[in-house]
Amino acid sequence: MKKSSSLWARLCAAPYIVWMIIFIAAPLLMVAYYAFTDAAGNFTLKNIVALDGYAGIFIRSIWYGIITTIISLIIAFPFAYAISQKSTKYQSTMIMLLMVPMWMNFLIRTYSWMNILSDNGIINTALKAIGFAPIEMINTPGAVILGMVYNFMPYMVLPIYSVISKMDRNIIEAAQDLGCNKLKVITRVVLPMSVPGIVSGITMVFVPSVSTFYISQKLGGGKYDLIGDTIERQFQTSYNYNLGASISLVLMILLLVCMAFMNTFTSDDEEGGIVI
Amino acid sequence: MKTINKLYTALILIFMYAPIAVLILFSFNESNSTSVFSGFSLKWYIELFNDGETLKALYNTLILAVLSSVIATILGTAAAVGIDYMKKGPLRSIIMTITNIPMMNADIVTGVSLMLLFVFIATIFGISGILGFGTLLIAHVTFNLPYVILSVLPKLKQLDPHLTEAAQDLGCTPFQAFLKVVIPNILSGVLTGMIMAFTLSLDDFVISYFASGPEFQTLPLRIFSMTKRRVTPDMYALSTLIFVAILILLLLNNLTKKDESGVKGAKK
Amino acid sequence: MKRLISILTLIFMSASLITATAEPWDSPSYKAQLTGEYINVYNWGEYIADGSEGTLDLNAEFTRRTGIKVNYTNYASNEDMYAKLKSGGATYDVIIPSDYMVQRLINENMLEKINFDNITNFHYIDDRYKNLAFDPTNEFSVPYTVGMVGLIYNSEMVSEAPDSWTAMWDEQYSGDILMFNNPRDAFAISQFVLGLSLNTHTPDDWALAYDKLLEQKPLIQSYVMDEIFNKMENNEAILAPYYAGDFLSMKDNNDALEFVYPKEGTNYFVDAMCIPKGTQNKTAAEMYINFMLEPDIALENAEYIYYASPHVEVINNPDYSLYQNPVIYPDAETLANTQIFEDLPTETMQVMTNYWDELKIDGYDYTTYYVCFGAAIIGVIALTIYRNHKKHKYDYD
Repeated sequence: MKKSSSLWARLCAAPYIVWMIIFIAAPLLMVAYYAFTDAAGNFTLKNIVALDGYAGIFIRSIWYGIITTIISLIIAFPFAYAISQKSTKYQSTMIMLLMVPMWMNFLIRTYSWMNILSDNGIINTALKAIGFAPIEMINTPGAVILGMVYNFMPYMVLPIYSVISKMDRNIIEAAQDLGCNKLKVITRVVLPMSVPGIVSGITMVFVPSVSTFYISQKLGGGKYDLIGDTIERQFQTSYNYNLGASISLVLMILLLVCMAFMNTFTSDDEEGGIVI
Repeated sequence: MKTINKLYTALILIFMYAPIAVLILFSFNESNSTSVFSGFSLKWYIELFNDGETLKALYNTLILAVLSSVIATILGTAAAVGIDYMKKGPLRSIIMTITNIPMMNADIVTGVSLMLLFVFIATIFGISGILGFGTLLIAHVTFNLPYVILSVLPKLKQLDPHLTEAAQDLGCTPFQAFLKVVIPNILSGVLTGMIMAFTLSLDDFVISYFASGPEFQTLPLRIFSMTKRRVTPDMYALSTLIFVAILILLLLNNLTKKDESGVKGAKK
Repeated sequence: MKRLISILTLIFMSASLITATAEPWDSPSYKAQLTGEYINVYNWGEYIADGSEGTLDLNAEFTRRTGIKVNYTNYASNEDMYAKLKSGGATYDVIIPSDYMVQRLINENMLEKINFDNITNFHYIDDRYKNLAFDPTNEFSVPYTVGMVGLIYNSEMVSEAPDSWTAMWDEQYSGDILMFNNPRDAFAISQFVLGLSLNTHTPDDWALAYDKLLEQKPLIQSYVMDEIFNKMENNEAILAPYYAGDFLSMKDNNDALEFVYPKEGTNYFVDAMCIPKGTQNKTAAEMYINFMLEPDIALENAEYIYYASPHVEVINNPDYSLYQNPVIYPDAETLANTQIFEDLPTETMQVMTNYWDELKIDGYDYTTYYVCFGAAIIGVIALTIYRNHKKHKYDYD
């Protein structure tokens, strides 16, 4: 009985595996191929060696990614928990409300942020009107991180909420009965149990924020690139597919290592791979 | 505690909606500026409805987002079920690692590599002009899949495996057990994945850029192409209309949902 | 959720249907026998009269006159367009690249020769814009628009009206200077200041230009493209280089803005219509190019785009709103003091983009990042150890 059902269930993954091999694995091989060849198609390591000059950009991008992820987690967890305490109707409304802004065009939302943050923008005009000195916000790393938190934070809320909402209420009640106060219930029961969601969320925020482009150009003033901008330029402006591919290959490996590392100390029962 | 909760939720919503408020404001601007508000006017809404290319692009975007998120949800949910049943081992590890790749990769690399693949396939089979709706759809499904899988898997992990066994012991076929036990329990994860896929697809620019052809332009492609010249407020007007439409539908959806939750409550 | 989407789709479907209806109109100059055929046009964004602001929708008008449907898509830069074309995955019938890109496409054998017997309106093109260096025998391209880069400044915020690119290196404007966020245009300004050719192949010249840009970097508020509109209109920056036509559009929203062609000279560009190899319908493509040169159509387009037109009937039309506008149509002396971009060999391109990469990395203190990064890694390790320790303590899990 068990055997037949598991065979049947495993077959479910078959179409996906075919899709994955053709459209994920094969293009990946192309990236690797480009990273290790020159424009004429001969094997070379010079693209990898050239990365030396981009170390600063890598570190800054990853650092921004880490900050964005931490801020998103700090904002998202209480939010996910708070809404999960309410009625189903309220929950679905809040989740929708959270996602609706993401349905507006990304570029236009970023433009709006420029309006809000700029030197003569909405916040500064308001500050001046009530007699405060204007704050310099646009073209700073803070603005870039704000832009990233704004864009990726909802992808942290969704998986966490998804897990919390599924939690067995009885466990929480039991904890309360055993004398836990509200804070303890959250830290000792809810938080550990929502780890799968948190791990998912961290992946969904950290990964896109490390490789993002455009936000740094628009909100950061384009003075200091993030890795996404650099990759984009290699492909679009200088047609250096080889260098672009090698930067991106290294970025990918770095991210895989980060994820693998994170997984080792979140889910005890999983193997070392990137299992979310 | 309750007021803190409310305050906190409100703050988050203000954060999420501040730029939306700004774009709504500037959609009513008299001039074509998106930074200097010179007066109230409905001009850009009229412009919008005269702009056939933009409306076509919007229509294309919606079609693509719906199709790709539905396909990705079906494929992804099935995949998640399959993966969940798999024994922990190298195969599962490899599959999960590859699944994460489209997320790990910079969008532009995914875009370029897919484009290279499509072109490669086209040369093998001698197809000219392969890039178009089909390739765009494939690309969108591909980058949507990991998000669906990642939101369904945690749900499956939470699911008590004995439940399915119990259902089968009570006479369900494996398929029935899946429909009656597994699906209802993972439904919220599936929906989350689908919303995420839809959202991502709606707004994707970079990957679409490389996978699209001459016959099918989406809205983000059109908007991003304006970045040498001016992004005009009719795009703001369009966003405002989309926003209002969604909000109305959301309200309607909620009003009708009342009964459903009532039934659920009664069952309990 | 599904219901929501389907309703949305329905709303917009019906909206697009309403706008798509148009009365059939027949012009004597074209025949309707081509009905059902289509061409793929690939153009810059916002670079054709499209029916907004009371203009004529030119693509729809073309369909009305000829019966040929236009699949119209857009790109944001020459480089974007090239990447798409080079991939070979898509076929286009009409593209509108700039000078140096036309040259590259010709060199790489990616353009079809245009049959000028079918471009009966070609005589309308001003002789100044024929046989230009990028297409010396004028076999591959038909000019669409021309333009120049100039220095835009806020007359209320400058101490004196600038007349030179060196104003962009003036420390008193520190933090209020905007710069092109694309390497070719940015390097061009530096090259003008240094008196170098824009098309030099000597790596040392590019090194000099790079040093000049690096020197300027601390003064720059931000590197921008279209953000320039918002920033200049909102008095957030004092100096910015951009295209003359776009200045007029900014001036509409902020009267304090003024424009100057710096004395060192400036870049002059021509965007030209071409037919790429692999076109499915060359006759229709030529018809489209010819249509764009119809005097009424060219005028309509020039009024919308705001860039200079190469079309004599437009330039000499007193009813044209930009007739003899000194910004768009400067005097001969200014015109003579210009350089046009030429295609650079791959090695030179690499040199330029490598310098541009360096410009975007350089001048930043990474110590903080290294320290923070180190601290974060130590923190993570400490957490891991703590967790493992805790796990052993409560081993009942």
